[in-house]
Formats: sequence, structure tokens, C-alpha cells
Amino acid sequence: MEQWLTQVAPFLSDNLIFTPNTLAQYWDGLVNTVQLVFISLVVGLFLAVPLAVGRASRRVWLNVPIWLFNYVFRGTPLLIQLYIAYYGFAFIDGVQDSAFAFFINDPVYPALLAFTLNTAAYTTEIFVGAIRATPQGELEAARAYGMSAATAYRRVVLPSAFRRALPAYGNEVIFMLHASAIASAVTITDLTGAAYYVYARFYSPFPAFIFVALVYMLLSFVLQGGFKVLETRMLRHLKPA
Amino acid sequence: MFDFQGYGPRLLEGAWLTAELAVLSLIAALVIGLMVASAKSSRSMTLKSVATVYTTLIRGVPDLVMMMLLFYGGQIGMNMATDGLNAWLGTDMFINVNAFAAGVVTLGVIYGAYMSETFRGAFLAVDAGQMEAARAYGMSPWLAFRRVRFPLMMRHALPGINNNWLVLLKSTALVSIIGLSDMVYVADQATKATHQPFLFMLPVGLGYLAITAVSELVVTGLKRRFDVGFSQAT
Repeated sequence: MEQWLTQVAPFLSDNLIFTPNTLAQYWDGLVNTVQLVFISLVVGLFLAVPLAVGRASRRVWLNVPIWLFNYVFRGTPLLIQLYIAYYGFAFIDGVQDSAFAFFINDPVYPALLAFTLNTAAYTTEIFVGAIRATPQGELEAARAYGMSAATAYRRVVLPSAFRRALPAYGNEVIFMLHASAIASAVTITDLTGAAYYVYARFYSPFPAFIFVALVYMLLSFVLQGGFKVLETRMLRHLKPA
Repeated sequence: MFDFQGYGPRLLEGAWLTAELAVLSLIAALVIGLMVASAKSSRSMTLKSVATVYTTLIRGVPDLVMMMLLFYGGQIGMNMATDGLNAWLGTDMFINVNAFAAGVVTLGVIYGAYMSETFRGAFLAVDAGQMEAARAYGMSPWLAFRRVRFPLMMRHALPGINNNWLVLLKSTALVSIIGLSDMVYVADQATKATHQPFLFMLPVGLGYLAITAVSELVVTGLKRRFDVGFSQAT
């Protein structure tokens, strides 16, 4: 990064706004955004699989609480969830001296908590839809082979559902990338936070925000392309001949 | 218990602002979406490519960045425009960009792009024979749109519009970041002052769920209306 900056510096010498200093600011923002989004997506994905299985089950004590969780997290703005995670623990008496002090002192942790639960809720609904759409014949075939319910889930239902969920999950990933922009509201210097800093420093909204918009767009296109490739590979058997 | 430390009236005002903002942006988004969808299905290559560039750009950029660009940039852009006019006409005008108007315009422009995709799909789902029949009756293009294409298309578009509306409603929370006093903004201020986040954030969350519940009723009514004549099908 340092070396790259010294190489770019001559090209930027005439530019008042995109100095090595502000570019480093944007770079830090990019790193923060990617970390936040990546970690919450991975953890959210791992939470979503058991939640989806529970939500698809016919047991009411299992499926209603998960429905409620999804309803609340999908029905309220992520910003509210972020504020609750950010302020919710900070004002508890004695929290500063407890083992949870790290959670209060760095806004990244509340943001990760809110983003993870939010994406888990959306991903669960995507998976539930895919699980319910499992063709009856696949289930019958699994039963005919003498598979137990658990084995059938592991070997037949889930792999087939994951493939069907792929396009919708790709949208969720892009949605999460865009939603992560609100991390700047709780003082995290993500990409948007960096753009706001540059805007405020130079009072020049157009370069600051258009540049960051292009960065987000590039990230979105890369993700979209990645999912396209994955879809053509994983869903080849569903293509019309 | 529900005195909200004196913030009650301001929270209600904030809720009203959220509802107003959401409904006005929805109308703007529907109008923009219809126009862009028409542009996309037109024969003119210029219109088509402009519409495609617009939707691709909007869908690649976060709402918040778009909002900051239009809100902070809008004032400077407006100043540049009035400065130019002032120098030319020798006047001395200044137009203040209103945060509420900026919010409506931004949300309308963003969700117009999403709506246009919904409308485009719905346009395609209308049987071509219906439009041919309308033309055969001698209807003008506008009359055919109003009497035939629009009512038939809405049946297919309604689920997509409903989804976009629910996302739009939640996106209105972002205007609190650019300083509009919607209910999230009030709750944020109140939390900072009183150190009671749950007292304010939870009711605001419930407020969103309540608006969603009301809109669900409206959508059910509309669905019944646009499904008239199709009850046997499917």
C-alpha cells in the first residue's frame, strides 16, 4: 500500500482533494467496510442454516419464535437495530468494568452484532423458501433409499435448497454491502465515513461522494459477477437443454 | 410509564414525518418507475440506454451515499446555478435546499429505479392481444395505457411494488443521518439526552411494524381490486 501510494503520488500532485492522505483514508474505509460485511455475512450464513431448518419444521414451539425473530428484524430498519446494539449496552451500570467493556469501547462490535442478526433473518427467509420448494420426488427418492429424516436433510434437501437459494442470496450480499454504509452513523470510518470526512474537510461533496459511489459500484459488480459464475456452475443441471 | 420523558409529542411528529416522507417518495418512485419502464420498452435506442444506465448506476450505489450526494451536493449545485444566474441577470437570489424535499427526491430517484424493473416485468406479462384489441378499437396510446395496459399490468406489478415499498419505508430511517427529524432522529436525540435507548428505540421499531401492518391492509384491498375477472385463473 505504502509503495503504491508513493507511485501514485506524482499523478496526484496537482489534485487538491485526492491526496495520498485522503486516499489512505478511503483505503482504511474500504478495509473496514469489507471486514464488516464479510464477517457478518459469514456468521449470518452459519446462523441461518439451523434457523431455516427450524422455521421449516412443523413444531410450533420451534417455528413460531424463529418466525417472530425474522418478522422483527426484517420489519424494522437496520439503523434502529444498529442504534439498539450501539446504545443498548453502553448505559448499563458497571459495564465498563466488566468483561464486556471491549464491546462498548469499539463501535465495530455492536455493528457486527446488528448486521449479523439482520442478515441472518433475511438469509433464513431465503433458505426457508428454497427448502419448501424442494420437489416432492426428491423427498420420496430419499425415503425410498431408506434415509432417515436427518440424512435426507443433509444429503438431499439442503444441497438442493442451497442451489435454488443462490440467486436470492446473491442479492442479499449486495444488499448487505449497501446497508453497511450506515456504520458511519456510529462513528465507524467505513467507505461512507471516509467520504463524509473528505466532504467535510474540503466542502466538496461531488468528488468525495462520487468517488466512493464508484468504489461501491465496483464492489457490487465484482460480487454480482462472482455470483453469476457460481450460479452457472451450480445450477447447470437446471438450464434448459 | 408512557410519558417518554417529555419526548412523546416530538416522537409523534417524527412518526408523522416518516409516514409523509414514505408516502410522497412512494408516489415519486411510482411515477419515475413508470416513465423509466416505458423508456426501457420503447423503440428509441437513446431512451433505452439512458434508462438502463440510470437503473444500473442506482442499483450499484448505497442509498445513504446517494442521499448524501444529493443532499450535500444539491445545495452546492443549487448555489452554483443561482450564482450563474445572478451574474447573468444581475439579481441576488439564494435558494435553500430543503432537507425534506431532498429526502423525497432522493428516495424517489432511488426507488424509481427498482420500481422500473418491477413495471418492466409486468408490462411484458400483459398479453399482446389485449393491446392489439385496444388499438383495433381505435383507442389512442394514452387511452389504451389507462384502460387496458395499466389495470392488467398492476395485477403482476403489485407484489413487486409491495416489496419495494417495504424496503423504501425502512430506508426513510436514513434521512435521520442527514439531519431530518424523523422518528429515528428524535429517538437518537432522546437516547443521547436520557441514556435510555430501549425506551425510545423499541417504540420506534414498533412504529415501523405498525405502518407495515396498515399498508398490508391497503395492499390486500388493492390486490382484490386488480384481481377482478381473474379469480378462476391460476
